[in-house]
Amino acid sequence: MNDDVAIRARGLTKRFGTLTAVDNVDLTVRKREVYGFLGPNGSGKSTTIRMLCGLMRPTAGEIDVLGYKIPRDAEALKRRIGYMTQRFTLYEDLTVGENLDFLAAVHELTRAAARTRITELLERFWLADRRNQLAGTLSGGQKQRLALAGTVLHKPDLLFLDEPTSAVDPQSRREFWESLFELADMGTTLLVSTHYMDEAERCTRLAILDHGRVVADGTPHDLMANLPGRTLLVEADKPREAQRSLKDLPGVIAMAQIGTSLRVLAKAGADFEQQVAERMKSAGLVAQVHAIAPNLEDVFVVATSNSKDTNHAAA
Amino acid sequence: MQLRRLGSIIVKELRQLRRDKLTFAMIIGIPTMQLVLFGYAINLDVRHLEAGVLDQANTARSRELIAELAATEVMKLGKPLQSPEQVDAALRSGEISAALIIPPDFETRLERPDRPAAQIVVDGSEQVIQAAARQLAAFPIYKNTGWTSRTAGIEVVNFYNPQRRAAVNTVPGLVGVILTMTMVLFTAIALVRERERGNLEMLIATPVSPWELTLGKVLPFIGIGLVQVTIVLLLGKLLFDVPLRGSLLELYASALVFIVASLSLGVFLSTLATSQFQAMQMAFFTFLPQILLSGFMFPYAGMPVAAQYVAEVLPLTHFLRLIRGIMLRGASIGELWHSLAALGVFIVIVLSFAVSRVSKRLD
Ligand SMILES: Nc1ncnc2c1ncn2[C@@H]1O[C@H](COP(=O)(O)OP(=O)(O)O)[C@@H](O)[C@H]1O
Ligand SMILES: [Mg+2]
Repeated sequence: MNDDVAIRARGLTKRFGTLTAVDNVDLTVRKREVYGFLGPNGSGKSTTIRMLCGLMRPTAGEIDVLGYKIPRDAEALKRRIGYMTQRFTLYEDLTVGENLDFLAAVHELTRAAARTRITELLERFWLADRRNQLAGTLSGGQKQRLALAGTVLHKPDLLFLDEPTSAVDPQSRREFWESLFELADMGTTLLVSTHYMDEAERCTRLAILDHGRVVADGTPHDLMANLPGRTLLVEADKPREAQRSLKDLPGVIAMAQIGTSLRVLAKAGADFEQQVAERMKSAGLVAQVHAIAPNLEDVFVVATSNSKDTNHAAA
Repeated sequence: MQLRRLGSIIVKELRQLRRDKLTFAMIIGIPTMQLVLFGYAINLDVRHLEAGVLDQANTARSRELIAELAATEVMKLGKPLQSPEQVDAALRSGEISAALIIPPDFETRLERPDRPAAQIVVDGSEQVIQAAARQLAAFPIYKNTGWTSRTAGIEVVNFYNPQRRAAVNTVPGLVGVILTMTMVLFTAIALVRERERGNLEMLIATPVSPWELTLGKVLPFIGIGLVQVTIVLLLGKLLFDVPLRGSLLELYASALVFIVASLSLGVFLSTLATSQFQAMQMAFFTFLPQILLSGFMFPYAGMPVAAQYVAEVLPLTHFLRLIRGIMLRGASIGELWHSLAALGVFIVIVLSFAVSRVSKRLD
C-alpha cells in the first residue's frame, strides 16, 4: 500500500437485512488530509466510519487503514486512531478532569504523561476552568471540545469525527474547525462527516454520500468547477412569478429565491442562460439573467439528483 | 489485561456510583426493607388467634387441656361459649377464628385411641389459620399418649415459638435472596446502560479488552455485595437475635463466592438485553425460580424431582445450603465443599460464556 494513503476502501458495502446502508463505496484518503463526508441523514456516513474503525464488519469490500487490514487488524489499529462518536458519549456523571483521566488510563498513558497532556489539552480547548464541572452540565460547544480532547489524548495519527458540530452554535463551530486545522497542521489525518455545506467546503477533499453511495468526490474547488454555466442568477422585479414561469422549463434541477433574486440550477446543456432569458421575456417579466459561480450546495444537489436519475433508470 | 486500565475502570465506576443517589439508596434500602418485611410481616406462624371455648365436659382434665393450649399462645382462648350454635355464630361473624370444643364424653374418649377426644373448629377461609390449627392438631392429645401425664411442656414451648423460629430460618436465606436480587440486577443494568448511552461505542474504539471492561464493571459490586451481607447479618442479630454458630470468616468467604456467581449471571444477562428495561425483566425472570426453587420459600425435599434438578443449577440453592449450614448448624466450609464447588463451576461456565459474548463490535 502506498505510504501516502491513510485509508483505502474498495467495494465497501454494509447491509442491514434488506436495507443497503453503504453501497459499494470506493474511498482513498491521503495522509494529512481533512477529508469530508457530506451527506443527508441516513446516507451511510456513520456506518462507513464504523466499518473503517473496525467497529462493524462490512458485508463486502476491502479496507486498509494505516496499513492495517480491517476488520482483521482492528485491535492494532485502535491504538492509532481516535473516534469521536456522533452523540456525546463521554460520561455525563463524571467531571471534565475525571473523564480525561479515565481515557488517559484506557490509552495506557503513564500517570505523569497523562497529567501534562491533560493540562495541555484543557488549555488548548479552553476547558481549564471547567476541570471540576460534571460533563453533563457543559454547553454543547464545551461538550464537543471535551470529546475532541478525549479523542486526541493519545496523539492518534488518524481521527474519525462523526458530525462533530451538529449540536453546536455557529461561533463554536468556527472555533471547533480552527482546532481541527491545528491538528491537521501537526500531521494528523482527519475524516469528518457533516451535513453543513460551509464545513464541507473547508475540507481538502470530500465525498458526497447519498443513499449509501459516493455520488461525487474530489476537492471542493474541482467539484464546483465541474459545473460551468449551470448556475444562473435571475434578478427579476417579481421573483416569485419568475420562479413560477420557470417551473416547467426542461432542464431546471432546482430553484431557490435569495432575497429579491432567483438562483437557478440547470442540467448540463447548451445555452441555458439564453433559454431562461427567453422564458422571462415571453412571460412579460423584466429580468436580468447571468451565470454565477456554483457553490457546494449546487454540487450536492446535482450529485444527488443524478443518483436519483440512475435509480429511476435502474427501476 | 492491563492493571492500570482495569483500575481506572473501577475508579470510574465507583465515582459514578457515588453520584447515583438512587442506586446508592437501593444498596442500603433493599436489604433493610427486605429484612424487616420478611422478619416481621411475612410471618407464616400465628399467635394470639382469637378463639372461643365450648367446654361441654367441664372436668378437671378438660380445664387442664384448656390451660395447656392457652399457654402455647397460638390461640387466645378468651371467649367462653355455651352451645354449638354460639360457636357457629361467633365464627361466622369473624369474632373468633377458631374454637376449641370439648365434648361431654371427653373423659371416656380419652381412653379410646381411635376417636379424637376434642375438636378445634377453624375458619377455613384463612390459609394461615388453617396451617396454625394443623400445628395445634399435632398436640399430643390426639395421639392419646396421655398428655396429662407429661411433665412440664418444654416440647410444646419450643414448638410454639413461632415468631422466633421464622426469623432464625429466614434471615440466612434472606442474605442469599437480597444478593440475588441486587447483584444480578445492578450489573446487568450497569452494563446495558453503558451500551444504551453510547459510552460503549466510544470505549470499544480504544484498546480496552472485553475482560477489562467486564471485570472493571463488576469488581466494585463485590464490595457492595459484602456491605449488604454485613447489613443483613447485623440487623438479623440486633432485631431477631439470629445466631451464628459457624465461622464468620467462612460465612463471608461463601458470600463472596455467591456474589461472584450472581455478578456473572448479571454480566451474562447484559449481553442478551438491548435496553435497561429488558435487563430488568430478565433479572426478574431469573429471580423468580431462584426464590421459588432454591429452598427459600418451599423445602427442597418436598419438591418434585424435576424441580430439584432445576434447583441444582441455581446458585441460590447452593448458597442457601452453605449459609444455613454455617449459621444454623455450625458446619464448616470443608463439610459443605460440594456446594462451594457447584458455585465455582457455575461461575467459570457463565462468566466465560458471558465475556466471550462481550464483543468489541456493534454488529
Ligand atoms: N445497526 C443498524 N441496524 C439497522 N439499520 C441501521 C443500523 N445502523 C444504521 N442503519 C441504517 O442505515 C442507514 C444509514 O445510517 P447511518 O450510517 O447512521 O447514516 P448517517 O450517519 O449518514 O445519518 C440508515 O437508513 C439507518 O437507519
Ligand atoms: Mg450518522
